[in-house]
Amino acid sequence: MSGLFEDYPLAPDKHDEMFAWAADPEEAVRPAYQHLATAVEEVGSEDLQSRSDYLSTNYRDQGVTFDIGGEERPFPLDIMPRIIDAESWAHVEAGVSQRVQALERLLDDIYGAGEIFADNVLPRHVVTSSSHYHRAAFGMTPLNGVRIHVSGIDLIRDGDGDFRVLEDNVRIPSGVSYVLTNRRALSQTLPEVVSTHRIRPVAAYPQRLLAALRAAAPSGVSDPTVVVLTPGPYNSAYFEHSLLARMMGCQLVEGRDLVAQAGRVMIRTTHGLHPVHVIYRRVDDDFLDPVHFRSDSALGCPGLLNAARAGHVTIANAVGNGVADDKLMYTYLPEVIRYYLGEEPILPNVDTWRLEDPAHREEVMDRLHELVVKPVDGAGGKGIVIGPQASPAELEELRRTVQRSPRGWIAQPVVQLSTVPTMIGDTMQPRHVDLRPFAINDGSKVWVLPGGLTRVALGEGELIVNSSRGGGSKDTWVLAGDGRRRRVAARPRPVEQLSEPQVRLQESQVTTAQAEQEQQQQQHQGQEVAPC
Amino acid sequence: MLSRIAESLFWIGRYLERAEDTSRLLDVHLQLLLEDPVVDEEAASKALLTVMGVEPEGQTDQASVMRLLGWDQDSHASMVSAFWGARESARRSREIVSTEMWETINTTWNIIQRGHIQRARPAQACQTIRERCAVISGIADSTMSHDQGWQFLVLGRSLERIDMTARMIEAAAYTADSPQAWLTTLRACGAHHAFVRTYRGADSERDAAEFLLLDRLFPRSLLFSLNRAESALINLDVGERRAGFTGDAMRLIGRARAELEYQPLTEILSDLPGRMTALQRTCIEANDAVAQRYFEGANPVTWHAGVR
Repeated sequence: MSGLFEDYPLAPDKHDEMFAWAADPEEAVRPAYQHLATAVEEVGSEDLQSRSDYLSTNYRDQGVTFDIGGEERPFPLDIMPRIIDAESWAHVEAGVSQRVQALERLLDDIYGAGEIFADNVLPRHVVTSSSHYHRAAFGMTPLNGVRIHVSGIDLIRDGDGDFRVLEDNVRIPSGVSYVLTNRRALSQTLPEVVSTHRIRPVAAYPQRLLAALRAAAPSGVSDPTVVVLTPGPYNSAYFEHSLLARMMGCQLVEGRDLVAQAGRVMIRTTHGLHPVHVIYRRVDDDFLDPVHFRSDSALGCPGLLNAARAGHVTIANAVGNGVADDKLMYTYLPEVIRYYLGEEPILPNVDTWRLEDPAHREEVMDRLHELVVKPVDGAGGKGIVIGPQASPAELEELRRTVQRSPRGWIAQPVVQLSTVPTMIGDTMQPRHVDLRPFAINDGSKVWVLPGGLTRVALGEGELIVNSSRGGGSKDTWVLAGDGRRRRVAARPRPVEQLSEPQVRLQESQVTTAQAEQEQQQQQHQGQEVAPC
Repeated sequence: MLSRIAESLFWIGRYLERAEDTSRLLDVHLQLLLEDPVVDEEAASKALLTVMGVEPEGQTDQASVMRLLGWDQDSHASMVSAFWGARESARRSREIVSTEMWETINTTWNIIQRGHIQRARPAQACQTIRERCAVISGIADSTMSHDQGWQFLVLGRSLERIDMTARMIEAAAYTADSPQAWLTTLRACGAHHAFVRTYRGADSERDAAEFLLLDRLFPRSLLFSLNRAESALINLDVGERRAGFTGDAMRLIGRARAELEYQPLTEILSDLPGRMTALQRTCIEANDAVAQRYFEGANPVTWHAGVR
């Protein structure tokens, strides 16, 4: 391979999504990437770099940002897209859909009959000891049976290129706005490349979401009012909240805009209170309702949960979902899928040790330096310790923490995330990626957004992809068919002859004659003066 | 329309107008210092700061005026802090403000933040700010639905324009001994060209005052802005209006308008500074009345645990 990919390093134990491991890299480009490889080579390194700069300016101007500690930062978007072929995607789609269905059944059981405990598939203490299990949500049954309106199941590809589930996010998964803006930005930046691929579109997401939210409305409401509840502009995902609200045509409300009275929730408008029926909330459970949860919360609305229990308002996603994305629960998910659906899991888990189990714990303690240890309720890469990269002091500290509260931790082997070429400086370098596909459940079908958010760790060898840890993102292309788009000649359609744009006729006619005279006048004067 | 969003739009209108008017004032002030050989730099700068409500401290010269009214983000009267306010308000109402309008506000803010404007020549910097404000309000007018939200934007803009114009006229009245004073004020309001065309070169102080106070057709005159604010308030009202007024804001603005419109000019001019101060107070009261009537819900509620 020449130019951009000249010194692209490959290793036999790592899975690169663009290049297969082979002695001669010329032959090694995987079929899905072949067209892209030639297309970016044609663009050339220099042009690619200037376009890459354009991408970042564009994002800054549009205010595509996330907040860290009150500071707005643009979310880095890499110019090289990540491609998933149609066949792999079908597999992911089926796996994600299966998982979401199983999680729905699980939550329904946990906050209802509890059959799974009675059948000894899942120990009850796994649920009751989870900090995200809320008794306040017990017995609340959603009308259309949906608790997980939106989910983001984090996937990785291991050393063999197989997709595995890394974690489930069924509380308030974020990042979908970047999927939408990335596609638009990349189409503007690489038009000639985008237009020659058949890429499944992502733009339908907001409409799908709105439809699912409307489908979840309380009974008897034919034209429900849907609002998006945001913690406010200083939240790290505020950009996403405003984008979704704008694209769905909903109001973006803060907790203080809501009033709950007599079991109903209303928004304060310039002309009094107006009822609300569905709240797509992006506020954590803990802050949602000071009556039931944190009493010092300024982000929620007192009485919200009571109104939801009374059935006058739907909260999406449902309260108490967090128990399902607890990482200890994650270890039981394969059995949960078998128990409820009678199917084998399509997407396997990553091998995981439960540190609350003494046998597991003992094994992990001996191998701490070669494993990854994660807190069960961590998000954003917080609290994760990667054994091989940690100092002895850090490991000792970790050992003590885990001994103190083993329920709070799990351990996994270091998974070699797959790599995708990423523009670093003026060359392409392999960087680790993960994938968060987004799924919407409207009660009749789980729809998976084709693509999802690919996050990329921009540091060399870095394994944590979270944006708060300096990660970027990539546009994710799911190919349709063989992925090539060919121009189809449109059938000629008769075009009606339209009149030309109107101009001030009089002016154009008059001025030529007049201008001539005016010029003559000048010349005449000039001649008169000359003899003197 | 959510109260909080209405409030944001109202303040976008106010802040943008403030940034624009301040840039006009600064521009004219700088030009005056250059052109007029007899003007006392310190006195003129002090007068300008006082009119803008800034307490002048220590040495007052061109540089400190540029800092306090231009680039100092901590000074409430500066263009930059006004722009920051507009951008924050827009950020809070991003799903309502049209995408194009948000992008224009945001790119302008990025330009300011990178410090390009601060490094440019002052006159050019003022021009840039003025032009960006014009672009933003132009885009707002042509890409936002002219619904309630837009009425709040217009209301904010008109109120701020009344307030700022009153300040400029007051400044002129205080420095009436300088022959340039009214000319300067006309230029600061962008009204010089229109004035000359309307009064055909007659430039008595009385004419200038009449034009700035009472002209029905010039969009930056006090009367025009008062009318604009009044009609925005009327549009915001729902239901039938058969008699009287429906709110304190409308009463205040309407009365101020009538007092200006139906009083002999001589009487107005007899105590011009006093009247302008009163008008600024009216703006404050009207602002509070609008806030009380439409934005009250925007105040946060706190939950006191245990009180059930």
